[in-house]
Amino acid sequence: MLEHLELFFKSIFIDNMVFAVFLGMCSYLAVSKKVSTAVGLGAAVIFVLAVTVPLNWLLDQYLLRDGALVWLGPEYADYNLSFLSFILFIATIATMVQLVEIVVEKFSPSLYNSLGIFLPLIAVNCAILGGSLFMQAREIPSLGLALNYGVSSGIGWFLAILAIAAIREKIRYSNVPAPLRGLGITFIITGLMGIGFQSFGGMLTGDNEAPEPTENTTAEKTIEEKEIKKEIEAKEKAVSYNEVINK
Amino acid sequence: MALLSKKDANLILDPLADNNPITIQVLGICSALAITAELKASLVMAISVIFVLGVGNVVISLMRNVIPSKIRIIVQLIVVATLVIIVDQVLKAFAYELSKTLSVFVGLIITNCIIMGRFEAFALGNGPWKSFLDGIGNALGYGVILIIVGFFRELLGSGTLFGIPVLGDPIAKTGLYATGYENNGFMIIPPAALIVVGIIIWVQRSRNKALIEEA
Repeated sequence: MLEHLELFFKSIFIDNMVFAVFLGMCSYLAVSKKVSTAVGLGAAVIFVLAVTVPLNWLLDQYLLRDGALVWLGPEYADYNLSFLSFILFIATIATMVQLVEIVVEKFSPSLYNSLGIFLPLIAVNCAILGGSLFMQAREIPSLGLALNYGVSSGIGWFLAILAIAAIREKIRYSNVPAPLRGLGITFIITGLMGIGFQSFGGMLTGDNEAPEPTENTTAEKTIEEKEIKKEIEAKEKAVSYNEVINK
Repeated sequence: MALLSKKDANLILDPLADNNPITIQVLGICSALAITAELKASLVMAISVIFVLGVGNVVISLMRNVIPSKIRIIVQLIVVATLVIIVDQVLKAFAYELSKTLSVFVGLIITNCIIMGRFEAFALGNGPWKSFLDGIGNALGYGVILIIVGFFRELLGSGTLFGIPVLGDPIAKTGLYATGYENNGFMIIPPAALIVVGIIIWVQRSRNKALIEEA
């Protein structure tokens, strides 16, 4: 249970898809002009990651990794097909995205209408392939954890795109230097947010060490909690501000 | 150039500056930024993308009349994935340490938006030679930004270039460090790459006013 919780928070905050490893930046920059579209794309990313990461975990476990084919018989123990992982992962993702699109269209037309345009985009979103590749590189030990990893890194991506979309909606009313307008300022804001997210690194000890939650002093924790509260407050302010403007 | 007509030369030269894939078209940022803390990794990444995009564009261009448009995304993904596997295996065989540094980012060339973008926008509608030039041009434009970012991050962050100290020894306090200069550890962390790219965009758009976005 603890390892689930640890992985969950780690993938959302510390190894955030956008701020720590820059995955899915293209759609992050292209689709973050409005909060409503950002929410649609973010939800689709969570959904597809939750499906493809566990699927690719099974593929990796029983087909690709060194000695994975041993379940066919002892003479297959020496095969290592991991060089095929790129092509199989991307094929799984492309197929799953198509399949998800068909299923969603059939059973939930309203969800399809809100996600519809984003689903095909997602097949080439680096965050999706990145999720599977990191799952393989970090050797996630069980199917449950793989599902957890998919969902939580999706949530991390969702949070990132939601935050930048809210900021971009607001920054339209600010006087940004002309050459920085649009893309430039978005990059710099993302960079600053990334630095902010780096501070979550204090939540856990380093990557390779065993996590020791007791080591985190309470002082550190309260500071982090304050930071989170501040962020939430800032977001709420932004939302209410937008509502006022919309009215 | 006698070899290239003016139009062909523009295919290569345009993406280097005024139509740069990263700073203007906003493509291919995904796999680019995380590996630019070192110049060497940036260079290898740039070369890999030049290979994949050059060859991939030719392959797609040759097949453009036989690919059914409904499944073209999957066909494109398979072509890129095959080329990326070749790059990955070559890196693992000849530069194992570097391939460890690049880790999953070699694989992420597959979903590099520049590649799919050029396949869709150019290779599907043009002949192989033109597509080849377009691919090389765009990959070079990508590589140039990568190398600029890598150069500044490694120089300011570690005081080295390609791993060779150029500003003196920070521990023995020689060279520039004797004057009290310190390495900026901030440049090593991932978010610094975004800020460096933001500044590049700023500089580029100040020099060329036509590129400024409408508010």
